Amino acid sequence: MPHSTAIREDGAMLVDAGNENAHMETTEVTAAPVSEGNGESQESNGLDNDITMADVGVEGANIPQIKDEAKPDLKLEDLFADIDSDEEFPSSTGQDMKVAPSSPPETNFHVGPSSRASDPEVMRSFYQRLFPWRYLFQWLNHSPTPSKDFGHREFAFTLQNDAYLRYQSFPTFETLRKDVLRLMPSRFEIGPVYSTNPRDRKTLRKASAFKPIAKELCFDIDLTDYDDIRTCCDKANICNKCWQFITMAIKVIDVALRDDFGFKHIMWVYSGRRGAHAWVCDKKTRLMDDQKRRAIAGYLEVIKGGAQSDKRVNVKRPLHPHVARSLDTLKSHFQHDILQDQDPWETDEKFDRLIKLLPNQALKDALRKKWSSAPGRASKAKWADIDVLAKTTKGLDGQALLEAKQDIVLEYTYPRLDIEVSKKLNHLLKSPFVVHPGTGRVCVPIDTRNLNAFDPLAVPTVTELLADIDEWTESGEDSKDGKRIQDWEKTSLKPYVEYFRSFVLSLMKDEMGTTTKVKREQDDNGIEF
Amino acid sequence: MIKRDINRVDANRRTILNPARKQFATKAVEGEYTHRLNFYKDTPKGDITLEQFEQWAIDRLRVLAELEACQFRNKNSVETAAHMKPLLDKYLPLSASTLNSPSIQSERQKDHYSHFILRLAFSSTEDLRRRFARVETSLFRIRFQADDARERQSFVENMGLEWETVGDEEKMALSEELRAAGGGYPKRMEDESWFKVDWEKVPELVEGRRVFLKGGKAYVPGREQLGLVVPEFNSRLEKALEVTSRALPRLDEDDRLTPILNHLSQNFTTPDASYNSSTTSLHGADISARNVDGLSSSFPICMQHLHRSLRRDAHLKHYGRLQYTLFLKGIGLNLEECLVFWRTGFSKITDDQFNKEYRYNVRHAYGDVGGDGNRRGNGYSPFSCQKILMEHPPGPGEAHGCPYRHFSMDNLSALLQQVGVKDQEVLRGVKEDKEKQKFHLACNRVFDYVHKQEIKKVKDDGTWTSNQLETLVHPNEYFKRSYLLKNLDKVPKVEQGDVEMKG
Ligand SMILES: [Zn+2]
Repeated sequence: MPHSTAIREDGAMLVDAGNENAHMETTEVTAAPVSEGNGESQESNGLDNDITMADVGVEGANIPQIKDEAKPDLKLEDLFADIDSDEEFPSSTGQDMKVAPSSPPETNFHVGPSSRASDPEVMRSFYQRLFPWRYLFQWLNHSPTPSKDFGHREFAFTLQNDAYLRYQSFPTFETLRKDVLRLMPSRFEIGPVYSTNPRDRKTLRKASAFKPIAKELCFDIDLTDYDDIRTCCDKANICNKCWQFITMAIKVIDVALRDDFGFKHIMWVYSGRRGAHAWVCDKKTRLMDDQKRRAIAGYLEVIKGGAQSDKRVNVKRPLHPHVARSLDTLKSHFQHDILQDQDPWETDEKFDRLIKLLPNQALKDALRKKWSSAPGRASKAKWADIDVLAKTTKGLDGQALLEAKQDIVLEYTYPRLDIEVSKKLNHLLKSPFVVHPGTGRVCVPIDTRNLNAFDPLAVPTVTELLADIDEWTESGEDSKDGKRIQDWEKTSLKPYVEYFRSFVLSLMKDEMGTTTKVKREQDDNGIEF
Repeated sequence: MIKRDINRVDANRRTILNPARKQFATKAVEGEYTHRLNFYKDTPKGDITLEQFEQWAIDRLRVLAELEACQFRNKNSVETAAHMKPLLDKYLPLSASTLNSPSIQSERQKDHYSHFILRLAFSSTEDLRRRFARVETSLFRIRFQADDARERQSFVENMGLEWETVGDEEKMALSEELRAAGGGYPKRMEDESWFKVDWEKVPELVEGRRVFLKGGKAYVPGREQLGLVVPEFNSRLEKALEVTSRALPRLDEDDRLTPILNHLSQNFTTPDASYNSSTTSLHGADISARNVDGLSSSFPICMQHLHRSLRRDAHLKHYGRLQYTLFLKGIGLNLEECLVFWRTGFSKITDDQFNKEYRYNVRHAYGDVGGDGNRRGNGYSPFSCQKILMEHPPGPGEAHGCPYRHFSMDNLSALLQQVGVKDQEVLRGVKEDKEKQKFHLACNRVFDYVHKQEIKKVKDDGTWTSNQLETLVHPNEYFKRSYLLKNLDKVPKVEQGDVEMKG
């Protein structure tokens, strides 16, 4: 069939993808590849949907508004689903940005009382003087010499006008820095390392040659997922009371990742407003396929269903060791942070939820009666009432009550993960140390050795940091022991950068240790390979 | 096909398969097979005849093809095991060690060798490798589950897997955790043993929190063995196939094996190797160019649509011609008749134009021209539903594809009514199937409706088994079944549901 060759070659991708689907999902053989002509499986769909989007951006700075949720056909979700939900910044931000000159002079910008984080000059100074480019590079590169780990890594920029550029990549941190200063993105995200340079993906003859091969395992915890049980604040607001939810979450997840899975290099990062991200950076972890990521996500997931579900915790008895350990950790938080600080069952309609989760109709009725006649009775007292009234309830199954109470503790304290972030190798996540455009706070790493001391409201904002530098300059000193003092060292960003540096160092050490070991083994084995 | 090649090289000669160049070793002494199950770690070391080589491979292929058809029909593991039992007993029996059957060793040898022969045949492309590994894994699973507990245990212990048995001391120290992870099982720790493996080996068990984890190791109870052994089998086989594929070019030196292997793999190229394109069972049917119009009422709607388009336009575009030619070939229209059919069908063009632009393609599809491989394989296989559904969706002006999938509901409904399906309930059912993307169900629904009376008859008579009325997944099966049902009086006996190699 001579003249069919071209079509067939063109169709070859389709053929493969179709089969792939058929094999993976025999249950839905006929249904799988309905996304007209695009039979790519979920995992790889970033690869061919980019045509409309990414191309737009590569050309330059004047990018039209492309965030158009009204056109479902484009499968926009695949591109935008990756955007961290933390970020609905006010529409006024960034709308009237001036286009920046392409290579800015070293500015000596001074921060006045009216300076804002979204001000391009503020951002420029931050990226120019404070952002820890070198450590970011080493973190992603795993070695001081530039390698594919960094060079084939996808970066995605969100520009001031909301345009979203995917598949950016850079050989070194200098080139990344340069582009950031040129485009002045309001933030940027980090994606996977690809099999080939993301910028070359269009020139490849076979689309399958371009695929994600490595990325840190990530977790995303956001306080908005707690809104149904958070009484102190709502929406974008947070305080130290509700931050305790994040603290609990970090404790529970971190110990599971370390003790159960044996991961070592775990970095938690404040997301800039009301949440935290985890980056698990061990080499073995980075190379995990989606199935393994899903397995971890499933292992850690305890809270299921939305706020409207009847029962969101369904755990087997006896409790799996991970759940039992988590419950142990969470119990004291429940007493203090939930019952006392959140007081979640204060009003009638709120204690309904509690009653719904308890067993035994007689007990429920008794509790309802008692609480209705004592408006405003504190949650702590209500929680104690349960056991008191249970004692006089006939035919009550003590074990069932105990389990119900355990489930309630879990529902109110167990980490609520945005699990989709963790399941996929090719998910993008906001880079550490970028500035949250709404709050102006820097996304700093959280030192888990001193987790309780972390105060999100004390995290420096970009304007504060620039003021720090100015203050320092007035005091004069510019070098110490013959070494020039870096700008970040002059600011309250210092402890965070130092923490990051030590994290990166220990990661690099492990990594370079393994590389040399592997090399030696290869030498010993001669041509065995 | 195979016969010809075999005759060429003297079928009775002992084939020596040299390990330096091939997958087999020359040593004639074969060790005893101690276990019924085989992880296929060791390559066969004995000699076999070329006839055995071919026959054993074909027998295994029958089994694998049917197994894949089961997957395609979405049978669950219990249904699959039940469906496969007679075939396995017939073509690849494996008796339990406890039976002391005299044929135990030869059965196991055949199983062992045929597996390796098919490895050779199916390692050439990634697609074949993946499918082969999948279907072999499925076969292994069926057998593993059917094995008696003691034999299974002894097999597992001999597999040399990188599992560390959890010692008594550690077991007692972790008893609380191990029991909790097992959902309270076992009551007495002595009743169970545990393995320690990297957690990555058992992602499903981890995902469901069905194992205890510590420092990256999963503690897997003995009863979860299946979940460990089966993925291990699969991953080892995938790796081995990868290795085989790299060694494959060296095999080309042997001109006796290559044609057999090529032929085997060609018969596995669509998920419906089970479809038998030979028409011997359609005795007395007039399958000729001039009778296609008459036969077309037994065609599935995809082919009826192609036929109607051809008659309307006196033309079909490339993929339409390909899909239809192969279908016609599959119903038993021979090459000459097929050429006549297309020549007369394309009534608006000259002989010269036909010969120049179309003749070759038809001949190619029949394997009359083209490379060695094409001719040896008799050209292409007729497209299965899966292939039609998945590959090359039709563009503007193209008539191929599956109307249930590729037509809008309005157009589909119009087409169905044109071919006589007017029953509102059936149309509503088709609409629902289409919305749920169960296209093959829609097609089967229409088939059942069109052949309502005949199906009732054969069911009432008990002349057809339920196997013969299984969900249709191939247009040629559709035709064949339709034809047989409509000619119950003419066709005495039906051979269906069995796998035959063509050629
Ligand atoms: Zn708060």
